[in-house]
Amino acid sequence: MDITEILTTMEYGPNPESADDALAWLKDRQDWPGHFIAGAFHADPQETAMKVENPATHAVLATMPVASAATVDAAVAAARAALPGWRGLGPQGRARVLYALARHLQKRARFLAVLETLDNGKPIRESRDIDVPLAARHFYHHAGWAAAAEVEFPGRAGWGVCAQVIPWNFPLLMLSWKIAPALAAGNTVVLKPAEQTPLTALAFAEICREAGVPDGAVNIVFGAGDTGATLVAHKGVDKVAFTGSTEVGRAIRRSLAGSGKGLTLELGGKSPFIVCADADLEAAVEGVVDGIWFNGGQVCCAGSRLLVQEGIAERFYARLRDRLARLRIGDPLHKSTDIGAIVSGDQLARIRRLVAEGQAQGGTLHAADAALPETGHYHLPGFFTGAEPASTVAREEIFGPVAVAMTFRTPDEAVALANNTAYGLAASVWSENINTALDLAARVRAGVVWVNGTNLFDAAAPFGGMKESGFGREGGRAGLEAYLHPLADDPAPGPATEPVDFSTAPQGAGPAAEAVDRTLKLYVGGKQVRPDGGGSYAVTDGTGRSVALAARANRKDVRNAVEAAVKAAGWARMPAAGRAQVLYFLAENMDQRRADLAVSLTRAGLAEDAADREVGAAVDALIFAAGMADKLDGGLHSVGQPRMVAMTMREPWGVAGLVCDDRAPLSALIAGVGALLAAGNRVVAVPSARHALVAGDLMQLIATSDVPGGALNLLTGDPAELAPVLAAHDEVDALWLADPALRAAVETAAAGNLKPVMAGLPRSDPAGLARLLQGATQVKTIWVPYGA
Amino acid sequence: MSESFPRNPGMALDESWFDGVQVNRSAAERRADQIGTRRGVKKAHQAAWLVHAIRCIDLTTLAGDDTPGRVRRLCAKARQPLRPDLVEALGIADLGLTTAAVCVYPTMVPHAVAALEGSGIPVASVATGFPAGLMPLPLRLAEIRYAVEEGAAEIDIVITREYALTGQWSRLHDEIAAMREACEAAHLKAILATGELGTLTNVYAASMVAMQAGADFIKTSTGKETVNATLPVALTMIRAIRDYQDRTSTLIGYKPAGGLRSARDATVWLSLMREELGLRHMQPDLFRIGASSMLGDIERQIEHAVTGRYAALSHHAAA
Repeated sequence: MDITEILTTMEYGPNPESADDALAWLKDRQDWPGHFIAGAFHADPQETAMKVENPATHAVLATMPVASAATVDAAVAAARAALPGWRGLGPQGRARVLYALARHLQKRARFLAVLETLDNGKPIRESRDIDVPLAARHFYHHAGWAAAAEVEFPGRAGWGVCAQVIPWNFPLLMLSWKIAPALAAGNTVVLKPAEQTPLTALAFAEICREAGVPDGAVNIVFGAGDTGATLVAHKGVDKVAFTGSTEVGRAIRRSLAGSGKGLTLELGGKSPFIVCADADLEAAVEGVVDGIWFNGGQVCCAGSRLLVQEGIAERFYARLRDRLARLRIGDPLHKSTDIGAIVSGDQLARIRRLVAEGQAQGGTLHAADAALPETGHYHLPGFFTGAEPASTVAREEIFGPVAVAMTFRTPDEAVALANNTAYGLAASVWSENINTALDLAARVRAGVVWVNGTNLFDAAAPFGGMKESGFGREGGRAGLEAYLHPLADDPAPGPATEPVDFSTAPQGAGPAAEAVDRTLKLYVGGKQVRPDGGGSYAVTDGTGRSVALAARANRKDVRNAVEAAVKAAGWARMPAAGRAQVLYFLAENMDQRRADLAVSLTRAGLAEDAADREVGAAVDALIFAAGMADKLDGGLHSVGQPRMVAMTMREPWGVAGLVCDDRAPLSALIAGVGALLAAGNRVVAVPSARHALVAGDLMQLIATSDVPGGALNLLTGDPAELAPVLAAHDEVDALWLADPALRAAVETAAAGNLKPVMAGLPRSDPAGLARLLQGATQVKTIWVPYGA
Repeated sequence: MSESFPRNPGMALDESWFDGVQVNRSAAERRADQIGTRRGVKKAHQAAWLVHAIRCIDLTTLAGDDTPGRVRRLCAKARQPLRPDLVEALGIADLGLTTAAVCVYPTMVPHAVAALEGSGIPVASVATGFPAGLMPLPLRLAEIRYAVEEGAAEIDIVITREYALTGQWSRLHDEIAAMREACEAAHLKAILATGELGTLTNVYAASMVAMQAGADFIKTSTGKETVNATLPVALTMIRAIRDYQDRTSTLIGYKPAGGLRSARDATVWLSLMREELGLRHMQPDLFRIGASSMLGDIERQIEHAVTGRYAALSHHAAA
C-alpha cells in the first residue's frame, strides 16, 4: 500500500459494500420463482418476461415474469380465501405476524439494503440508513395497531381484499407503507411492485414465508402498468391504494368510478422549500441535500421549488454551489456516494428533457462539476435560477436531482408562490422566527410541512397529499383509517317518490289547492339570485300537482357559486368558536321557523309526521355540528425523532360541493352543510330537487343568520346535471354525493383535480355527524423540531 | 500542502458578523449524524488517514499529578508515535512521523522543551488560569508570558465564559486581543469551552469574536467540561471559520479536544474537515486533535491494517 501517495491527496479511496450475498441469492432466482400467491410461487403459462436492470451498470439482474389476468385472478382469489383465516387470527395473532415481519426485516437488513441499491441505484447509505430501518419501523408500529385496532376503532373492520400498486423510488419502504397498515386493519393484500424494482418485493415474499405469514394474506404479483390496471380494476378487490404519478392516479380514479371500492392515492408533488432571510442558512443548504438531492431527487415530496427571500438569495445560491461541489456522484454501492444512479434510462431521458427545456426557456442551470461514471444512468445534481413560475421546470415534476429556485419578498408572497401549483404534497419552511415559521406552515396547502427540516418520516405521523397530490394518509391513526371500511352511511332507501321533471317548459299540471305564488331563486354569494339560464322546473306535491316553480341552476350558476365560495375564504380563517356562533344562530332561526319548514316539506309531498321529524332532526344536527366546530382537534404524534413536535391539524378541504337527493330532504342537507361549515369549508350545496320550497325557506334564514356571503350557496336543479359540473370544477376541493346512481359520473369527473368524493347520504344522528365532521377535514402533518 | 500563510492579524470587534446568525440545533445534529455515515475509509486509505491523524495530534497531558517524568514519557511518544516495525511496514520511514505538538501545563513547559529538543515538535502550553480562566487578567497575561519565555510555541488560552454567556462581546474581544499580544510569536489557540456556552448560536458568536481578536486557532474544550468536543459544535465553529475566512482571506486553524478517543473518531473528524473546509484544512498547521488516549487506539488499528490481526494495547509503547 502506498501510504505516502494517499497522504498527499487524502482521498477516501474505494469503500464498497459487498454485493456478494445479494448476487448469490439472485443467481438462484435468475429465472424467477414466480408470482407469490397463497404462500407459494406460481409460474404463469401465459406470461411474458421483462429484464430487471441494475441502473448503475446496465447489468441484467434477473428476468421478471409479467402477470397475466389469470394470475391476477388467482392472486385476488387467494387473498379472498385467506380473509376469514386472517381475521380469525384475532388482534393478537395478527400483531404477532406483523411483529415477526418487522424482526425479519431487521435481521435481513444488510441484505435488503444491498438488494435495493442494486435494483434501484440509490446510494447504499440511504437504503441502509433510511429505507430499510423505516420499513421495519412501519411493521413495528402497525403490529401495535393490529393489536389495538378493535378497541381504538370500535365497530370498524377492514375493507377485505386490498390491491396495492407501488412505485420504484422506495420499493421496500413503499411496500411496507402499504402492506403493514392493510394487514393491521385485518385486510388481505395483493401487491404489485414497480417493474423497474421488483427484487426486494421478491425477497419480502420469501420473508413472509420465513416469518409465518398465513398463506394468502400477502400476495405479490409482478408486472408493469397493464398488470397494475388489471389488478386495481379487478372485481374481487375492495380497496385500492396507489402511490405513483398523478397521471396514473387519475386513470385509476376513472377506472374505479362508481365501483364503490375504497381508494387512496399518493401522487406527485412540486413541493415548496421556503428559505426566509432569518433562516439558519447552513441548515437550509443541508436541507436541500436531504431534499432534492436525496435519492437522486426521485422523491414525490422532495423540496423541488426553492423559494428564497430575495435579500439572501445570492448568498444562498453561492452556498448551494459550494455544497454541490462536495457531493460525490457515482457507484451507489460505494459507501461514500451521495448521489447514485437514476432508476432507468427512461427516467433519465425524462429528466434530461425537462432540464433541457428549462435551459431553453431561459433558466440558468447550476450543476455539480463532476465526472459521471461511463456506464449507468447518472444525472448531475443541480438547481435552476432564472426560471419563472411560468417555466415548465417550475411547474412540472422533474423527479430528478434538479431544483428550481425563485425569490420572494414577503411571507405573503412566499405563501402565494408556494401554493401556486396543482400539487399539495409537502413543504419545507426555514425560519428561526417561530412566528414566521408557523405562519407559513399553517398557510401552505400541503399534507406534510416540515419546519426547519425536510423529508422527515415516521410510521406514527400521517403522510399524504392535498390537491392533485392525492388523498388518504399513510402512517399513524389517519393512515390506519384508510384501511378500515367506513360504517354504512346509507339508511334504508325510503319509499320511491315520483321523479322530478326538470323541463323548463310549462307542463300544464294543475296547481295544488293551497298554492300561493312564490318566487324561488338560487342562493349565491349571500344573495338570492335568478338562475343564469332563467329557467324553472315544477315542484310537485308527489301526486302530480304543481306547488311551485323552482329556479333551475345550470353550469354557469355552479361557476358563480364556486367563485363566491372561493372568495369567502374568511370563513376558514374565522375562529372555530365564531363559526359555531353563526351556526347556532342559524339553528336558532330554523327552530323558530319549524312550522314553516315543515309546511314546505309537506307541500312537496312529505307526510306531516315525517316532515316534523325532518325539521327536528335538521335543527338538532345543526346544533350538534355547531357545537363540534371547536372540537375538531388534531393530535401530537410519538415519532422516533428526538425533540420533535409532530402534530396533525385538521384543515378544511376548502370549497366543498354537496349534492343531496330526495331522501331525508332537510336533515341530510343540514347535516352535510353543518359539518362542512363547522369544519371551515365553504359549501356549494345542491339540495333535494323536489324540496326546493324548503330550500327557499333556508335561503331566507341563511341571509338573516350572519352566515358570510359565499360561505354557503344553494343551487336547486337537476343533480344529474349539476353534480358532474361540480365534480369537474378545479376550484372545488371535495365533493359529497348522496345519490349512488350519480357516483360513476361524478367520480369520473372528479379525476380532473383528483378531489375526493364522499359517497352516501349524510346522516343527521350524532354518530353519523361525527363521521361527517371527520370527513369534512383533511389532515395536515406539521413537523417542528426544537432545541435551544 | 502546508505552505506557510500569514497569521491572523485580528481586527476591531464587529458584532454584525455574528449578530444575525442563528444556528438551528436540530438541523446541526442531523448534519452531524451524517458526517460519519456519508463517508468512510477502508484498508490502505484507512491506514493512511490514521497516520495522518497522528500528524495532527496535540499529544496532551493536563493532570494535577503531572511530573517531569510523566512529561518526558509523553514527549518520547510524540517523537515516535508508531512502533518502528509498523512504520517500516507502511513504508513511511522517510516521513519522520511525529505528533503535531505536545500540550502541557505552563510549569511543565521547560521539561517538555528539553525532552523535545532537536525534534522540531513544538510545545503547546495551556495558560490563562486553565481550565476555568477565572484569574485576574494581569495574572493570566503573566502566565502566558511565562510559558512563552519557557519555550512554548503555542498557547492554548481559555476564554471568560461569563462574557460569552452575558453577551459582553467587546470585553471578550479585548481580553483575547491582549492575550494575543502577550503571546508575541507564539500561536494563540482560543479554547471556547463550548460545553459551557449553552447554545450553538453562542458558540458561533464566541468563535467569531475570538477570531476577530486575533486567535490563530479556535478550540472546542479544555477537556474538563462535562460536554467536550461534539460534531454539532464542530460544524458551528467550522462555519464561523469559513465565514471569517470568506470575509478576511485569513486562514484559521481548528482544534477539537476532549472526548476524542478512538481511531474511528479520528477519521470522522478528518472527514468533517475535508467536507466542510477542504484538504488544506486537514493539514497539521490548520487542524489539531487534542487527545491523550486516541493515539493508542490508532496504533492498534494500524497494526491490524498491517498484520490482519487484532492488536493489544500492551504491545505499543505507553505515552
